[in-house]
Amino acid sequence: MLDQTEGYTTEDGRKIGGVVMEMKNITLRFGGVEAIKDISFDIREGEIRAIIGPNGAGKSSMLNVISGFYVPQEGQVFYKGSPRPQMKPYQVAQQGIARTFQNIALFEGMSVLDNVMTGRLTKMKTGLWAQSLWFGKAEQEETENREFAEKIIDFLEIQAIRKTPVARLPYGLKKRVELARALAAEPSLLLLDEPMAGMNVEEKEDMSRFILDVNDEFGTTIALIEHDMGVVMDLSDRVVVMDYGKKIGDGTPDEVRNNQDVIDAYLGVSHD
Amino acid sequence: MNNRTEGASGPQSVPALLHRNATEFANAPAYREKEYGIWQSWTWRETLEEIEALALGLIDLGAREGDFVAIIGRNRPKLYWSMVAAEMVGAIPVPLYQDAVAEEMAYVLGHCGARFVIVGDQEQVDKVIEIQDQLPTFEQMIYLDPRGLRKYDHAKLHQYSHVQDAGRAKRDELLGELTARQEKLTYDSTCVMLYTSGTTGKPKGVVLSNRNVIETSKSSSEFDDLRQTDDILAYLPMAWVGDFIFSVGQAMWTGFCTNCPESADTMHTDLREIGPTYYFAPPRVFETQLTNVMIRMEDAGRFKKWLFDICMAHARKVGPAILDGEPVSQWDRFKYNLGELFIYGPLKNTLGFSRVRVGYTAGEAIGPEIFDFYRSLGINLKQLYGQTEATVFITAQPDGEVRSDTVGVCCPGVELKIAENGEVFYRSPGVFVEYYKNAESTADTKDAEGWVATGDAGFIEEKTGHLRIIDRAKDVGQMASGALFAPKYVENKLKFFPNILEAVVFGNGRDECTAFINIDLTAVGNWAERNNIGYASYQELARHSQVMDTIQGHVEEVNRSVAQDDMLSGCQIHRFVVLHKELDADDGELTRTRKVRRRIIEEKYADIIAALYDGSTSVSTVTEVTYEDGRKGSISATLEVRSAAVEAIAQKMAAE
Repeated sequence: MLDQTEGYTTEDGRKIGGVVMEMKNITLRFGGVEAIKDISFDIREGEIRAIIGPNGAGKSSMLNVISGFYVPQEGQVFYKGSPRPQMKPYQVAQQGIARTFQNIALFEGMSVLDNVMTGRLTKMKTGLWAQSLWFGKAEQEETENREFAEKIIDFLEIQAIRKTPVARLPYGLKKRVELARALAAEPSLLLLDEPMAGMNVEEKEDMSRFILDVNDEFGTTIALIEHDMGVVMDLSDRVVVMDYGKKIGDGTPDEVRNNQDVIDAYLGVSHD
Repeated sequence: MNNRTEGASGPQSVPALLHRNATEFANAPAYREKEYGIWQSWTWRETLEEIEALALGLIDLGAREGDFVAIIGRNRPKLYWSMVAAEMVGAIPVPLYQDAVAEEMAYVLGHCGARFVIVGDQEQVDKVIEIQDQLPTFEQMIYLDPRGLRKYDHAKLHQYSHVQDAGRAKRDELLGELTARQEKLTYDSTCVMLYTSGTTGKPKGVVLSNRNVIETSKSSSEFDDLRQTDDILAYLPMAWVGDFIFSVGQAMWTGFCTNCPESADTMHTDLREIGPTYYFAPPRVFETQLTNVMIRMEDAGRFKKWLFDICMAHARKVGPAILDGEPVSQWDRFKYNLGELFIYGPLKNTLGFSRVRVGYTAGEAIGPEIFDFYRSLGINLKQLYGQTEATVFITAQPDGEVRSDTVGVCCPGVELKIAENGEVFYRSPGVFVEYYKNAESTADTKDAEGWVATGDAGFIEEKTGHLRIIDRAKDVGQMASGALFAPKYVENKLKFFPNILEAVVFGNGRDECTAFINIDLTAVGNWAERNNIGYASYQELARHSQVMDTIQGHVEEVNRSVAQDDMLSGCQIHRFVVLHKELDADDGELTRTRKVRRRIIEEKYADIIAALYDGSTSVSTVTEVTYEDGRKGSISATLEVRSAAVEAIAQKMAAE
């Protein structure tokens, strides 16, 4: 059964709660290719959980399983204690899961503000007619959602580009806007697919700070995929290591760092 | 009410002014800040309530009279309120530059012995925590933005709103104490302490009294007819005396509204939205804005470019005259109005200057073209000359007497005198009390009669009474003929040409002046590209004969302009070279703030200087250069020594 034991406290004094999501013996195949082989792990409430591994290890596939986009052939996903049925993307969003993408997926022609506002769509209840006529509750609803979007913009320090079309922004800022859109949905679980890929050191530092602040300020549970080992070890509470679709390590950054299988996977192993 | 005094005496402290404003302008906006995409505003009554709550909270935390309260952060209403709240409890606010590194802060905080530090955000909290071991007197820190600070040890750390809440909760208990402390404030109690930026040696703490701040605010507000309905944008560093006088002193005196931008990056958007009526910026800001306008006009369509060009040509002709109220023909006025409709109005709107009634620039010389550009648009841009030690105002230009080459006439209440060596001295109600814990420097700067040395050399024009600053006093010398030698005056004139990046003028103790010139690679390179002139390096371009001709033209134009000046006509440039390398801070030729280090340049290029004076037409030289990674190399070059036409001085004398 699902492990709902009480959480733990991290070294810096953050309270980590019980398990919110558990993967049980997940296997995912594309035709004959086994992208994920019999993997089990859990994500606890309020923690920063990293998934790392070399190229082609199946990390993004794993994230897509967590988000419900891929349905595994074998195994089951438990979310908040109950097995999760197959869902449509909007149902996933309504459950409180938001994500960013490895290859930025923003509306390029729209302004930053409008992009962030799309993250609020699941929170809007008024219908098409009311919204197009600006009638009744629609106006009040827009104001409330705009206020929330502005708080996110303030939080991520992107006020200066609020009205700028996304297409005109540099890569690092687009990544930040994507994070803003995900946060606008007020997720309880945030999935980040390589949030720092292609960034310079300064941008990485900024992004790390934002991730920690999001976790700290909103108590959001975060699962992230990242290549930069330094960043992963600094940010995360627990790390899952994958290689060729298999789980080869799971634990705190220190445990993972000293795991022989992980060292072999990253540095290669001599065959003699 | 308790602190409101009427009649000749008037309010004797900044908190007393606040009480007056809260009664007289109760519902008028006092502060605005853009947050969450909209302008949040506070009326004078609300401002008083906020400041009082914080002051009570500070007393609750144990703030004593005479304590120093350091304030670090970007321009935000809450930090301005912190300064006034500190004054209310009898403490002394000390604003610091927010971009200072931790060690610089350690010196200032240690020097004044601040017990309390009020900061904007986590960045500043981290810096103070880093240095707190060096600060024996430091006790409590208050922060505005709680982001990222949840996990910090809160033994010495308090959130701003919590301090206010504590103050509100204990209002009945502590209000008596607060009122008593405010009543003790006099015209002579310290209002604020501001540290000079410390370009020479350690920063010095300039102590300014309520008298300094209120008298200066009063006279300068009257000088420029500032009104209660004015708006300013507060975006310059809070530690700078100008910002204190504009955003606290004058704001409290006249009751106008101080607007704070959302962040440093949104300054230009916020400027447009607010449309200040009273605006200050250093020349650099105006220069950048003008360059941006020009670059965008280059990219505009042909019709728009044509319209812009003819309208601006007309504006240059009659704009300043119209602004100064001089007679202009009806036809010219009509054309100017058309230009206003099509170009000037929309342009001013884009720049955020639609409503500017009084604009100031100061700090360094502003190029006449830049200055005239803004004035021809109908923006009342003026110059002022001031110092921290004078509570800003020494001289300013009255409306209708604005020129790019003077810094104006004495502000009300200011007396000026020029020493024998040309150094400018002043005396005014704004003269600072002392340098904190530095009696020696105080005595060096301010004499027993209250005259303060500015360190700048200048003179007062006889006809107009305007002060003109020519140079730093220590750089001013004499030529062999006994004529005044002021290199920076000539260098500035040269540098106003976009093609000239840097210039160094020599001539102290000699018969004639000569100059080194650096071309501006961007401007000259652009010109070369448009004229199909190929070049491989800076050195090659600098040596190109057409470039030399252009520079010679500039030098001769400067000579004509210098010759107009009775006192400095001896500083005309007789010969010059265009240097084969850019003067560089890495080679020690410039300071990190791009100021010329004359002594070092004179030693390093002694051979070229010799060639400038011995009549040779070219000089071969080898110069050592330092690359950015610290490696050293050398470049050799043969430079052409050009002679420039000079205006005969005798002729001018004869004409008079």
